[in-house]
Amino acid sequence: MKSLKSHFSLITALFSILITLQLFLSLDRIIGAYEQRLGDNYGIVVVSDNNLSLAFFQSIDSAINAVEPLSPTRMLQQLQQQTGDSQINLMALNLPHFYRLRMAHFITPDAARVLGERLLRYRAITRVETFAQQHDTVYRLLQLFKNVVSVLAAVVLLVTSLLIVKEMRLWQFQHRERMNIMALFGAPVWLRSAVLFRLAIVDAVIASVIATTVFLLVDHYGWMAQLLSLVQLQPTLFQPLHDVPLLTGVAISLSILLASMIVMGHKEEV
Amino acid sequence: MDKIIVADNLSLGYGRHETIISKATFAIDSGSFVFITGASGSGKSTLLKSFFGALPLLSGSLMVGGVDMDNISAKKLNFLRRHVGIVFQDYKLVKEWTIDKNVMLPLLINGYARDISEMQVEKLLGHVKLTHQRSKYPMELSGGEQQRVAMARALAHNPILILADEPTGNLDEYSSKVIWNLLEGANTQLEATVVVVTHHIPETLGIKYKHFHIEHGDVYEVS
Repeated sequence: MKSLKSHFSLITALFSILITLQLFLSLDRIIGAYEQRLGDNYGIVVVSDNNLSLAFFQSIDSAINAVEPLSPTRMLQQLQQQTGDSQINLMALNLPHFYRLRMAHFITPDAARVLGERLLRYRAITRVETFAQQHDTVYRLLQLFKNVVSVLAAVVLLVTSLLIVKEMRLWQFQHRERMNIMALFGAPVWLRSAVLFRLAIVDAVIASVIATTVFLLVDHYGWMAQLLSLVQLQPTLFQPLHDVPLLTGVAISLSILLASMIVMGHKEEV
Repeated sequence: MDKIIVADNLSLGYGRHETIISKATFAIDSGSFVFITGASGSGKSTLLKSFFGALPLLSGSLMVGGVDMDNISAKKLNFLRRHVGIVFQDYKLVKEWTIDKNVMLPLLINGYARDISEMQVEKLLGHVKLTHQRSKYPMELSGGEQQRVAMARALAHNPILILADEPTGNLDEYSSKVIWNLLEGANTQLEATVVVVTHHIPETLGIKYKHFHIEHGDVYEVS
């Protein structure tokens, strides 16, 4: 019963760490998806006297992955009501070229400002609008969210680590007697601690199986996906091929570390 | 005759300021049966502990089975212990293991094959009259039965040296008799050196033995 309780405590502590890790991964993916969406909607408007190609813009910054020429037609139609056709035709002939630059990924407000300055160094480009202020607000909000999540993850990690240290002391006490007796008959360290490592690995595997099951269920029933669809986001929160080995690896590494600390801290008593 | 234990000016204790054995010089012959006696707290168990490397030397030298016990490495100590059988007054059985697994412990450590180990365990449990208890756990047995299990374990790997600390301390007459018979048998048939720490030497012992006594930190042979 005592042994079961001890297993349960370690599995719970490991499970908490795995859940925190997976939540962090999922939130990172949500933020990534949100960044992607922001990136997709974000565009820098460039006004140029000359006709410019995508290759030209990419020679300035390879992160530019699309160029959309902006048609002034709608604006001209509005002006047509106030002025005559001949003036509109003249204006249309003298209008510069308008482009919207799309980025391959979400860029920081600073990077947007630098890109704007680099574009303006070209004589043909007369004006650049990076929408930096608006972009900056959204970006900072995103960063704040990311930081809050990181702090929360760190707190959970700290608390569960303390739980594991407590568990480690209990294990040390439980296994001390057997390890002492085995040492008296000349058992090498690996043999004395074999049971300990086996138990640690079994507990780690159990914890990762439980964590995987929980996230598979969450993924299967789409509870999170429903919430995220409200903000038009559809990230894959749980990627079994990537996450299962990661979770199992973290759990096994942690429990092996725990068992190693017990073995190293063991002193023979007769 | 070869010496299995040689102590020269050996001092033992728990820290520099608590010397229990002081500059003792003695030797124990291979294949002999030796009793170490002394009053409570005289250092009998302390001396025995030094024979299996559970206590570092304060000064002097101690050779056990040709191995220098001063600052002995973990590897050498494990090697030595694999050839020693130890019996404690408090048995030191692994509580979460069954009786047969406890007896098998030295065989597993020494790398014996499973079938040979099982045969040896069967034989030894027969000697200590506990074959019927083999699947039980130590806490399910009486003190005398637990000590007989510890005895079987100490003999399992045919050690060259058997160290016993008050092996019959609180045992009933029957268990004591079984223990002494086994120790005698190990000495006469297996030619193992037997060193027993005890308060009093049994009168019914049918073999020749040597007797060391400890008094005021000194170890001397009683003629």
